[in-house]
Amino acid sequence: MTPVWRRGLLWCGVAVLCAWTLVPIYLLALGAFGGREIVSQWPKPFLPLGLSLDTVGAFLAIDGVWRATWVSVQAAAMCMVLALLLGVPAGYALARFRFAGAGSYRLLILMTRAFPVAILALPLTVSFINLGLYDTPFGVALLHAVLAVPFATLVCASLFQGIPAELEEAAWVFGCSRFTGFLRVVLPLALPGIAAASIFAFVLSWNEVFAASVLTVRHRTLTAYLLSVLSESPLHVQFAGGLILIVPSVLFIFLVRRRLFAMWGIGNR
Amino acid sequence: MANITIDRIQKAFGATRALEEISLEVHDGEFLALLGPSGCGKTTLLRIIAGLETQSGGRVLIGGRDVSALPPRKRGLAMVFQNYAVFPHLTVAENIAFGLRMAGADKARMQRQVERAASLLHIGPLLARYPAQLSGGQRQRVAVARALAVEPAVLLMDEPLSNLDALLRLEMRAELKAVLAASGTTTIYVTHDQTEAMGLADRIAVMHGGVIEQIGGASDIYHRPRTRFVGGFVGSPPMNFLRLPVRGGQVALGGLTLPAPATAAEVVLGLRAEDLQPATPQDGFAFELRVAEPLGSHLLLTGTTEGQLMRVVVPYADGALPQPGQVLHLRPNLDRLNWMDATSGVALETRA
Amino acid sequence: MRRAGALPYLLILPSVLFLGVLFVVPLVQTALLAFQEGGTWSLGNWHRMADDLNFQDAVVNTFSVVLIVVPLQCTLALGMTMMLRHVQRGRDIILWVWSIPLGISDLAAGLVWLAILTDQGWLNTLLFKLGLISGPQAWLTYETPMVLLAGIIVAELWRATAIVFVILLAGVQLLPKEYEEAAEVFGASPWQRFWRVTLPLLRPSLQTALILRTVLAFEMFAMALALGGRNFPVLVSEAFNWQYGNQDYGVAASYAVLVMAISIAATLIYLVALRVPAEQRA
Repeated sequence: MTPVWRRGLLWCGVAVLCAWTLVPIYLLALGAFGGREIVSQWPKPFLPLGLSLDTVGAFLAIDGVWRATWVSVQAAAMCMVLALLLGVPAGYALARFRFAGAGSYRLLILMTRAFPVAILALPLTVSFINLGLYDTPFGVALLHAVLAVPFATLVCASLFQGIPAELEEAAWVFGCSRFTGFLRVVLPLALPGIAAASIFAFVLSWNEVFAASVLTVRHRTLTAYLLSVLSESPLHVQFAGGLILIVPSVLFIFLVRRRLFAMWGIGNR
Repeated sequence: MANITIDRIQKAFGATRALEEISLEVHDGEFLALLGPSGCGKTTLLRIIAGLETQSGGRVLIGGRDVSALPPRKRGLAMVFQNYAVFPHLTVAENIAFGLRMAGADKARMQRQVERAASLLHIGPLLARYPAQLSGGQRQRVAVARALAVEPAVLLMDEPLSNLDALLRLEMRAELKAVLAASGTTTIYVTHDQTEAMGLADRIAVMHGGVIEQIGGASDIYHRPRTRFVGGFVGSPPMNFLRLPVRGGQVALGGLTLPAPATAAEVVLGLRAEDLQPATPQDGFAFELRVAEPLGSHLLLTGTTEGQLMRVVVPYADGALPQPGQVLHLRPNLDRLNWMDATSGVALETRA
Repeated sequence: MRRAGALPYLLILPSVLFLGVLFVVPLVQTALLAFQEGGTWSLGNWHRMADDLNFQDAVVNTFSVVLIVVPLQCTLALGMTMMLRHVQRGRDIILWVWSIPLGISDLAAGLVWLAILTDQGWLNTLLFKLGLISGPQAWLTYETPMVLLAGIIVAELWRATAIVFVILLAGVQLLPKEYEEAAEVFGASPWQRFWRVTLPLLRPSLQTALILRTVLAFEMFAMALALGGRNFPVLVSEAFNWQYGNQDYGVAASYAVLVMAISIAATLIYLVALRVPAEQRA
């Protein structure tokens, strides 16, 4: 193969893979904005010709979806806060101290990954009913935080490890305590990474289906709502819900695209 | 300004002992270099003085005050780190002002000090830049300026020049010496580079295996090493060591007969490469040449004497190089003989 | 490091307590629930689980999806990784597009592919316009199990290849270029360089990706529900149904324990099979 051929082939492959990712989302968007009509339309259009203000209006007026979206936002925001509150200090401990028990702690963190959510969600339903946490966004956030805290801890640990200890020591020598040194030197440097980790915690909760479905009845998250109406509600409502689920994720990946490696490459082990 | 007293400091990392009972006195305004190979404990000692590491035993006193239990920020010192540790999220000016800001200095003083430190190190035009926009040498200057801006009683430097290229290092060395001499700050300077230590310091403490082998001025350390290690570590080429038998209170070296300094069966004679002159077979010893390397103004000769490795530096102007295999005759400068115990390697006191 | 003392313990304490209460305790409770009935030890839940009509289907379906999807994903992701190495212009945007599915849940992915694969969906439209079918055609029913399986596999491939890709790309970026250049200097072809240098060095990343992906693949259920409804039971959807539909927490717990056991076994297998011997580590 000549280099020109090779480049052509490479770009063909790249283009096909991009289309493979994007076209299905585009088609879902067509279905979501097409309203009631598009569900029964045959054959379906590949271009958004039937799109009108009416159909978009219908999309925005689907009531149950938006109520569920609000619950999802609440739960995800609380999950994010919990992940940061618990994950940042723990990550700092793992990154900066060698202490007895650090190994077992790491193991506990890694273990959470090997266990399906189902195994936690089942007994917690009972406990949450007793505690009044059942069917609340906070209850859902608590369970999602079980998944998000270990993740945030590992990501923060690798973030802090990437900040030379010397910088912190310089802060101490020039008048900082451990806490002010952390605030003035470590935190500003780790902030972009911490932001990425918190967005990730948000999306993790946003996307989770099983626990959210088991822990809510009336105040369903978006995922739980969509799962419960799978067999009964009209297709365009399902498509609309699917699209609302996807949009924040697409934005999220865009925001953190430069940090994906730090999070998945190192954050995983 | 303050003196530093290090009183029987020990440090163990688990079972390994990094420092064995080190005691040391640094005078007010003195520039002391801690010199040694990597792993000798010099950086550990510096970090203990800074409070970045906790000693296993002993005390550190700064200006007569026991600071052993204090965190770094309460010890009244400044430090220049090996990798500079210039804060990447702050401008040069903010970096230099960092220590003053932490101390709660007022704006006017802060600005005055920053400008003074910056002009001292010739980085005035860079004050608004971020470290990422600076070269390694410029960052180094920022690190030093940051330390000087707080007018510390004690300045600690941890191999501050080791990350610069050779030419820059030479330039910074001269500048550091001038700047620090003007400030009169008590300085402890860790390095593994003997030329740095000799060029900068009032006194040098040579460390090896967690102990200080010798403290003294540059000339003392160079010409009168107290141990075989010091002689071998300081100087390039290192000191030559000849293991010689003692017979009847005398040591024979070729045609020379030297009075033995001890009654042991063997002694070690330490000779600097440049303390040897050409001689005749009667008043010198034989040196069989293996390699001759011209070094500009001098010639470095490597060969053997009494079957032992020997390096000699002789002035060299021009002309033919001596050939490998050639036998030369040399005699040592008798004022510069260093006798050492053959087993312990410790210098034997002759007529002082 | 200075005066560690109690500080690290104070820092991890909140998360330890949190995980203790919300992770370790429920874990133990579920395990107990699975092996108890009416307050005494019993294997009754397990019998009921195994005797259920859907059990065998769920096991077969779950394993079919995992065993087909995971190798395909690894191959595809390796290909994507190698492609991206040769791309300079537009690298950032391609990386973004290829990573998008990373943020998409299995439910959303199921809905995406439902829009495409449903009777009057875009796949059938395409086939119709190509003249391959004459009208709407149902694919996602129990009458066409192979097509249903294929649809779920395609949807899984679409959704979850991104994570393998990102992990492998991160691994590739950690590899110094010198290794491959050395191989090139010594005459290895691009193909040989990939098989003999890059792939072996990528083993740790591959191990991470496989463990994570396999564990997550066993957890997949919303996609199966979205696309196949009750026609495509998998292990976790059965746990969900026993908990939700039948209100039988014991059997649901048994399913959960079963999925956990399979996940742990898979993890151990990867850890052993793809172990990098200590003497080979860089």
